[in-house]
Amino acid sequence: MKLKAPESVFSSASFCPGCGHGLAGRLIGEVAEELGIEHKLVTVVDVACCSFHIDYWKFDTIMAAHGRDIPTAVGVKHVRPDSAVMAYMGDGAAYAIGMAETIHAALRNDNICVFVINNSVFGMTGGQMAPTSLPGERTATSPKGKDPARYGTMSGLELVKQMDVAYVARGELIGSSGMVRAKTLIRKAFTHQLNGDGFSLVELLSPCPTNLNLPPVKAKAFVHDEMTKYFPLGEFVDKGGNV
Amino acid sequence: MAKELMKGNEALAEAAIRAGCRFYSGYPITPQTEILEYLSWRMDEVGGTFVQTESELAGVNMLLGAAAAGARALSSSAGPGFSLKQEGISYLVAADLPAVIIDVMRIGTGLGDIAQGQGDYWQLTRGGGHGDYHTIVIAPASVQENCDLMQTAFTLAEKYRHPVLVASDAAIGQMVEGVELPPMHEHDVDTYDWAVRGCAAGAEPRKVQNTYYTRPDYVEYLRDKYAQMEEQEQRWEAYRAEDADVVLVAYGISSRISKEAVDLARERGFRLGLIRPITLWPFPTKAFAACENAKAFLTVEINILGQMADDVRLAVQHRCPVDFYGVFFDLPEPEDIIAKAEALLGKEGK
Ligand code: SF4
Repeated sequence: MKLKAPESVFSSASFCPGCGHGLAGRLIGEVAEELGIEHKLVTVVDVACCSFHIDYWKFDTIMAAHGRDIPTAVGVKHVRPDSAVMAYMGDGAAYAIGMAETIHAALRNDNICVFVINNSVFGMTGGQMAPTSLPGERTATSPKGKDPARYGTMSGLELVKQMDVAYVARGELIGSSGMVRAKTLIRKAFTHQLNGDGFSLVELLSPCPTNLNLPPVKAKAFVHDEMTKYFPLGEFVDKGGNV
Repeated sequence: MAKELMKGNEALAEAAIRAGCRFYSGYPITPQTEILEYLSWRMDEVGGTFVQTESELAGVNMLLGAAAAGARALSSSAGPGFSLKQEGISYLVAADLPAVIIDVMRIGTGLGDIAQGQGDYWQLTRGGGHGDYHTIVIAPASVQENCDLMQTAFTLAEKYRHPVLVASDAAIGQMVEGVELPPMHEHDVDTYDWAVRGCAAGAEPRKVQNTYYTRPDYVEYLRDKYAQMEEQEQRWEAYRAEDADVVLVAYGISSRISKEAVDLARERGFRLGLIRPITLWPFPTKAFAACENAKAFLTVEINILGQMADDVRLAVQHRCPVDFYGVFFDLPEPEDIIAKAEALLGKEGK
């Protein structure tokens, strides 16, 4: 079988080698085309590494303010209810500066898809500590390792999954089975939106070799072996489904 | 058309609906909350969207999304809430997006208080957010003007693809006056091709982002845009200003009290006049050319530092003295205005 790149993805050339963003971008492109929504999809991307997608996707795209992707996407969805609308951001945007926005969109069950690329650090700014950094993780602002007595570790997904929303799941952009699984989660999120079920959040654990100071293979191992201890994979809410 | 009684804030909300606004997002804060309350049921009636957001930050960024999707979109706030809107205003400017944001001014820095104030003048006219920009700022002085100028605000926002701010205050927001409402307009969200909706097969995807990333002529483009606004959009009312010895300069609620002062002074033989800026930015510098007899200018403002006085100094190019009469937590008094104007004229030795 010959693999064909989705037509809605131009490139992913600006991401660092081994980064998960390019993989996520491609999966979203594939799913959009398979669901036949590529011509009615509006994407909202966060600043920093996420924002590269604005030049790589053949979708109408808004580059939102840091952490405000979700309300921006909600604004679009209200005006264009027939469009498919997604917000795409990192863990810093979704769970640090934009935590209120994430929680309240879930509380309103706004009918959009949210994709969070969780790589445990702030990427573009050079690998600073995030709410998702693991206890003891060395980052640019926790050079001795994240001190769990001062900074907790959590993903906002844990809060969102307790709410009356359409779909909440976590996958990893690691290995072929991880990729196949991640694609399924993305597809389910969009399907819920198309059914009018409301808010979906899919968190994708993703390697950031540059800021983990690890070669790509070891960065993948960190995601798969270490991050999943704190951020377990799975489907947590699936309205009308079997969760 | 028959007149009806309306509260200032509700008139702003109804006028927005009639200007074709079908999207509102905002957060409660006194003295603008009637705008939210009114639109919470009125948007339903016209098939629009009302969202009470978790914060002004969410409100202004939701506004940005709605504007990018082609809606006539509105948000409103006051005091500390209006400060939070600045992030989104800067982003609206950067992305060339039209939207209208109302500031029903209250008094003071920090929490301040809920009484009428005009202390946001600098924030409104100098670009209250980060970066290099202006916004058109429209200052109604009556409930009727609240109605008339909302249409203007949306028209200018789209003409320039730029946010427009409406500067009201607690007094005009809360007062009830007879108004003639404008007719109902519908706005088609597909009016402009730049609005995101989904990229048709074979088409170029629409990208809403800082135009600096995509426009090679970004610097000239912005300079030209603001030069055009300064040339074309100055609005003001001149009241008995032509032959006046001292010309008051006041907007909003202060301008109404200043008008009273002008009439009272004239009855006593003191030739007082008034320039009322309707646009605070662009500041109506053209208005001052007609004040040929003026020996001094006095701004009347509800703030401590006389924020508008520098704009008057620039408008008259320091040809004659400019002072300010400012009150805090109070309303200007016509007698005090006249006394200050007389003293100013006296100092100039006529
Ligand atoms: S800094 Fe990290 S997240 Fe950003 S492109 Fe590089 S690897 Fe990816």
